[in-house]
Amino acid sequence: MYEHDVIVVGAGGAGLRAAIAAHEAGADVAMVTKLHPVRSHTGAAEGGINAALQEGDDWELHAYDTMKGSDYLGDAPAVETLAQDAPEETINLEHWGMPFSREEDGRVSQRPFGGLSYPRTTYAGAETGHHLLHTMYEQVVKRGIQVYDEWYVMNLATTDEADPNDRECHGVVAYDVQSGTIEGFKANQGVVLATGGPGQAFDHTTNAVSCTGDGHAMAYRAGAPLEDMEFIQFHPTSLPSTGVLISEGVRGEGGILYNSEGERFMFEHGYANNSGELASRDVVARAELTEVDEGRGVEDEYVHLDMRHLGEDRIMDRLENILHLAEDFEGVDGLVEPMPVKPGQHYAMGGIEVDENGQTCVDGLYAAGECACVSVHGGNRLGGNALPELIVFGKRAGRHAAGDDLGEPKIRTGYGDDVEDETETELPVAPGEAGLDATGGVAADGGVTADPEGILERTVETARERVDRLMDKEDGVQHAEIRAKLQKAMTDYVNVFRTEEGVKKALEIIRECRQEYQDVYVDDPSRTFNTDLQQTIETRNLIDVAESIALGALVRDEFRGAHWRKEHQERKDEEWLKHTLISWDDGEPSIFYRPVILEGQNKTYEPKERSY
Amino acid sequence: MSTQQAEPESQEAPEDPEMKGAESPAAEEQKGGGMVEEHAEKEAELEGETVHIKVFRYDPEVADKQEPRFDDFHVPFTKGMTVLDSVMYARDEYDSSLTFRHSCRQAVCGSDAFFVNGKQRLGCKTQISDLEQPVRIEPLPHQEVVKDLVVDMDHFYDQMHAVEPYFQDEDTPETDALEEQRQSPENREKIKMSSRCIWCGACMSSCNIAAGDNEYLGPAAINKAYKFAMDDREGEEIKEHRLRILEQEHGVWRCQTQFSCTEVCPKDIPLTEHIQELKREAVKKNLKFW
Ligand SMILES: Cc1cc2nc3c(=O)[nH]c(=O)nc-3n(C[C@H](O)[C@H](O)[C@H](O)COP(=O)(O)OP(=O)(O)OC[C@H]3O[C@@H](n4cnc5c(N)ncnc54)[C@H](O)[C@@H]3O)c2cc1C
Ligand code: SF4
Ligand code: FES
Repeated sequence: MYEHDVIVVGAGGAGLRAAIAAHEAGADVAMVTKLHPVRSHTGAAEGGINAALQEGDDWELHAYDTMKGSDYLGDAPAVETLAQDAPEETINLEHWGMPFSREEDGRVSQRPFGGLSYPRTTYAGAETGHHLLHTMYEQVVKRGIQVYDEWYVMNLATTDEADPNDRECHGVVAYDVQSGTIEGFKANQGVVLATGGPGQAFDHTTNAVSCTGDGHAMAYRAGAPLEDMEFIQFHPTSLPSTGVLISEGVRGEGGILYNSEGERFMFEHGYANNSGELASRDVVARAELTEVDEGRGVEDEYVHLDMRHLGEDRIMDRLENILHLAEDFEGVDGLVEPMPVKPGQHYAMGGIEVDENGQTCVDGLYAAGECACVSVHGGNRLGGNALPELIVFGKRAGRHAAGDDLGEPKIRTGYGDDVEDETETELPVAPGEAGLDATGGVAADGGVTADPEGILERTVETARERVDRLMDKEDGVQHAEIRAKLQKAMTDYVNVFRTEEGVKKALEIIRECRQEYQDVYVDDPSRTFNTDLQQTIETRNLIDVAESIALGALVRDEFRGAHWRKEHQERKDEEWLKHTLISWDDGEPSIFYRPVILEGQNKTYEPKERSY
Repeated sequence: MSTQQAEPESQEAPEDPEMKGAESPAAEEQKGGGMVEEHAEKEAELEGETVHIKVFRYDPEVADKQEPRFDDFHVPFTKGMTVLDSVMYARDEYDSSLTFRHSCRQAVCGSDAFFVNGKQRLGCKTQISDLEQPVRIEPLPHQEVVKDLVVDMDHFYDQMHAVEPYFQDEDTPETDALEEQRQSPENREKIKMSSRCIWCGACMSSCNIAAGDNEYLGPAAINKAYKFAMDDREGEEIKEHRLRILEQEHGVWRCQTQFSCTEVCPKDIPLTEHIQELKREAVKKNLKFW
């Protein structure tokens, strides 16, 4: 058994920032991550980090844009914390040596991004995430923080009181991918989940193969609710063949979208008469698909993004990476032809419910980054707002886990007297409800009487038994088959456009996947670097996450942000200024709601019609 | 599951699992004018065909894989298919034990550097249609093989860590928490290429010197040091400290300018040039002190 004060699971932007902060607060920190830190998905971020750095801009404008972008589903205390702390945190990265793009006078450059009233996106070429990830990993090396890389975290060691608000998390169970050894990691003060997005629930995604929602699923099964999972961002410009992202920076620099008839449709078809290509992402993604559906798509599938007119110098200076991506992955030279693009799954606005200190309702369990929902992005995330979230809330989670007092949170978590109960929506199939193999051991038994070591040992035992069962089973279904089926169902039915019938269909298929999973087995007999085993466990997590996304999409019968419903073409503020929460009780999901907090420090954000 | 289930035929591999002494990679021009058209032509030819890949297999724990071998897979070609796509297909449809690292699929995580047709390349960045068939896919040479295409990267990481790869501004003036340090666009431009390294290990694997001298810092680590040494934001004292690390016995002077690292780097970093520049810097500083 390994033992540390704070265990950070995941070493992307959020995890690294949390680890550095916990270390600075005096804790003995360790990071446990299934990939080596520099391989984390944060490295793929291209466009930049929003922070009100310049004169003429201020945090209140940033907060306002973010609330509007969120379609009034962001919680003001979280949004304002983001906007207030982003400048110092961004400059802090610069102090750590991050190679930001520069102005002539040596200051960091900023550029326009969709939905922003001021060009406040700070960037390092079109490789901002790469530099952010490496810069923070360098600081982890500098501080000698212990990293267990290529260790896959399977489960949390949590007590099992009936009410999740009474539960405590004492550590994690992980297996060493290289050797197959399963071990407990005891956390004396706290566990911070920073496991990233769940993009692999969809088959056309900009997300890495590692984005399998492991943290979501583990926290969910331990009793922390998942919040606003129906809000999935589909990025308007991903390459059709692979899903590789073409940064919003291209439109920020003046790139233009055309349909097959050569029309600049954002204006000519009236999707966004003021902002055009720079309307927020949900608006542009719907516009593109409408063009394709109405027969004005190229090859019935995509539209064109043109940046040729920006000129080679500007492109080489600010978007060089985009040229390489278009050439390597689509065989297109962006200097001489327009690039093909279509919407692709990109980001999960929802996630593990946390307060502004990163804490979940389970004592000692924290989450930060894309796996968490504070919530700053509400119904729709503005481009360039995820990276500041990683550093602002990663830091807060790390500090709080290490014992720093950050004050009473304004955001509440877990089931309590401020929530509204269960919906009346009729579900097409009984969701959830799965056998032991599929749950993979929820919270460890023991309750209040058990000591932390005992709980950890029992959780390790359960994990070992589970792996033995998967490995000993001689035949059955392979995870790849289930995963492909799940991904297809989500892309077919829970995509940019959603109908009640479609989402119900998706839930039925997810349910089938759950049943098939009972018969899953691992073909590779080796304990050495068994990716077959790892992906089998990940697939189980994807089923839980996909189900929560589809359930959320079914019950929210309105149109808000990225969540579009055919039968409900209006935002219903009377009824729906509230977060959807899904918690896993006795092996089944149940749904409740918590009101959105629109009261900020100096003002209340009144919902307005969102037009761009 | 696909109906095209093709039992992989096996055959003996001549190399040992450590792949020591594999031939050094042939320089191959990948980029250049007309690439886009050429590419489209080759793709059109392959439409509807299968691609023949020969993949290196080894597992220390599994009886019939302890002796390294190559397995053959015939994978249906799809437009834009990369080497990584082909091995993913083979794994998901034919043999789930086929093992390799991969994650981003877009040339930034650096985890899928393989030895493809005798050259170190990123699987996800290499179009199948650009290669001669059968496509031979092997683990990176000069590194210990853990299983199939997965090599032990610890030595590579150790060398990266040995150059103190983190910003050290202790001897520069304090700046305000809300005020950045200034850096000229020219200086940023100077370090730009070096800052692109994704730690894939291709350069180290292609380097004959590194193969013969386990302590040689190697091109990636030296390039990492270059990034800091050339960054004007760090002070003079730390610059000298960095140069002393680099001019040690197993540092920059080992490089014999064979350019193999520069040829294979998927991020087009001019590694050899950077190493040469550091040699010149080291000479300049020494002249000043001796
Ligand atoms: C292509 C692309 C471009 C983007 N561009 C921008 C942009 O310009 N600006 C912006 O603000 N946002 C951008 N985003 C969004 C942003 O990059 C992500 O939301 C963010 O990087 C997520 O960071 P993270 O630290 O939460 O997770 P990640 O970086 O995904 O890290 C997750 C970590 O968790 C580990 N992990 C996962 N599961 C386990 C497990 N079971 N056990 C152990 N470890 C585990 C992984 O190894 C990894 O280290 C972009 C996203 C994409 C996909
Ligand atoms: S320098 Fe190039 S080849 Fe070497 S590790 Fe970095 S990216 Fe890979
Ligand atoms: S998969 Fe990330 S570099 Fe190839």
